[in-house]
Amino acid sequence: VAQVSTGDKIFRGILRASGWSVFVITGLILIFLIVRATKAFRFMGAAFLTTSSWITFSPQHFGIAAILPFGILIALIAMIIAVPTGIAIALYISEYAPARLKPSLIAVIDLMAAIPSIIFGLWGLLFLLPRIIGFDSWLGRHLGFIPVFDFRKSTSIAANYVGSTFIAGIVVSLMVIPIVTSLSRQVFSQAPQGEREGAYALGATRWGMVRTVVLPFGRAGVIGATMLGLGRALGETIAVTLIITPAWIFNYHVLESGSNSIASRIAVDFGSFPDAGSMGLSALMAAGLVLFGMTLIVNTLGAIVISRSRSGAATAD
Amino acid sequence: MAANTVTTEATAPESAADTPLRIRTVTAESVLTLTGAAVGALALDWVLYERVLPFSGVLGFWVCWYVLFLAFYVAIAALQWDMQSVRDRFFSVAFTTGGILATAIVIDQVAYTLVRGFPAVKHPRFFTQTMANAGPLSPITTGGVAHALVGTLEQILLATFLAVPLGVLAAVYLAEVGGRAARPVRTLVDAMTSLPDIISGLFILAFVVLTIGLPKSGFAASLALAVTMLPIVTRASETVLRIVPGTLREASYALGGSQWRTVLNVVLPTARSGLATAVVLAMARGIGETAPVLLVAGYARGMNANPFNGWQTSLPLYIYYEIQSPANTDKIRAFGGGFALVILVLVLFAIARRAGGGTPGELTRRQRRRLEKESARQRAAREGMGA
Repeated sequence: VAQVSTGDKIFRGILRASGWSVFVITGLILIFLIVRATKAFRFMGAAFLTTSSWITFSPQHFGIAAILPFGILIALIAMIIAVPTGIAIALYISEYAPARLKPSLIAVIDLMAAIPSIIFGLWGLLFLLPRIIGFDSWLGRHLGFIPVFDFRKSTSIAANYVGSTFIAGIVVSLMVIPIVTSLSRQVFSQAPQGEREGAYALGATRWGMVRTVVLPFGRAGVIGATMLGLGRALGETIAVTLIITPAWIFNYHVLESGSNSIASRIAVDFGSFPDAGSMGLSALMAAGLVLFGMTLIVNTLGAIVISRSRSGAATAD
Repeated sequence: MAANTVTTEATAPESAADTPLRIRTVTAESVLTLTGAAVGALALDWVLYERVLPFSGVLGFWVCWYVLFLAFYVAIAALQWDMQSVRDRFFSVAFTTGGILATAIVIDQVAYTLVRGFPAVKHPRFFTQTMANAGPLSPITTGGVAHALVGTLEQILLATFLAVPLGVLAAVYLAEVGGRAARPVRTLVDAMTSLPDIISGLFILAFVVLTIGLPKSGFAASLALAVTMLPIVTRASETVLRIVPGTLREASYALGGSQWRTVLNVVLPTARSGLATAVVLAMARGIGETAPVLLVAGYARGMNANPFNGWQTSLPLYIYYEIQSPANTDKIRAFGGGFALVILVLVLFAIARRAGGGTPGELTRRQRRRLEKESARQRAAREGMGA
């Protein structure tokens, strides 16, 4: 075994340092958010988790009991729409699309991921909103017996639909679709060729092959993609901020006007506190810390699941 | 399951002649079935939606049409084919509409922004003026995005300079050194790629602005952008470095090259076009980020070309503030900014596609010609020496 030269030792040291810098950055984010959030946590204590209102000027009384569940609800709606759609698009690209079309379709998905969230916000606010209210009111009137679609206000006034959790969820779902699609497409296309041909040789139709070979093979990847998409959906800021009408009491009636999320609260509120030591800023940092912790856990679990599925694929070929 | 057994029983006696199952065939029946289902669903949908039932709204119309279309398609297909084939065709149609839907959404987003932004952009002054002398009530002919364009370009270039070297080095670590120790790094990089975009802004606000005391500026914004872009660059570059053929590395080692010479002279040049694509794609992602910039860039209505001093506006930020103004001209200006932003993203995207045309190690025609010329020259020189 040749001895590692000094140059290589230095080189590897530099590489290792830059690789681990991502841990340093994550650590710094955690430390600084914790330091800045301490004041708010001290002031509110455990009540930070159970208070619905967000009053940061004296008498201060704030907590995430309304904005956190609203944000989770937006993310859930986004996932319910994005995961089946994303998987369908991924299956189409990897299994059904003609070979000539494949590169352009992949480019389309890449482009969808690169469309700025502010453009999604404009589109959702001014294009989607007027066109979806009819559908909203239809859901409210005919499926209102399902508690989630229950509409408690007058259904004939458009303002009662504007800025609802449902509309925000739809727009966020469009931003999650490219994440789910590109990650699932990668695992689907790695499904072993031999087993595909085996399925066809046993007389399977194409759907039979997809159901028995591609989907089971890609399951871990799809789960991981879903979790990474959920992380993105939980933290989406600008489009949600533009679309929702703020509400301070949590309700699960997704069609009704009024919603909220931690990220949009930060985006709206950060400018009100020029003083570095103010309670309002500290409260925002505390909310940001909760959001960061939550998405970091979800994303890391998703990344672990995906890396497991990848390592399996690496041994296969 | 039950349906499966029924179909096999039904088809078994007929399939005595051992004909292979055709997988991809376009026949008159399949085309007619599709068209018939689409047209029939459209007609029924129109009758139900516009005449019989009290529905309204364009979106609901098309959702109902799609559901009816799938139902019609299954019904018509079931009349002519067996269950197994119907199921197969149903899923092909469902997945294909998924692909069409994604394309339609992208086209719709881009076209909508371009069309709505055109009234602002058709005045060329829109790109040379700032908002310094324009208020909500001033006509669309005054005021523009010059300051925001300058801010966007400066911030994205600074962020690229900060994020790319570190990101590519981290990618080289993952791909070339690797091993057990690299696994947590890769996991965290994956996790950070979908970090909430507001968090990096909040982090720079807490760290650089509040703790170090650097005022809000374009530089602070580019720091926040760099935090967002770093994992994207690392992730994309690692994928590119992984497909550099191992034989090239082994050839370099066999010639006595050390690891750093191999990486610098063999791996990175081979992956050059792919790395360029990774960087440009990360730039396209970073250029549209609003949330990180929102918290730390401040907002200026006039031109500020110095990113290190004073508040600076970028295009996404410009759109964000203009769209929230109640004045109609401001909304048009917001779409004008959207026009510029979408064009920038599309241009970056086109550059990325061009740069990453081939797989790593595959030469473009011009590169091949240059190599051939070079080797011919060397051969001539050698022969000249021999004679």
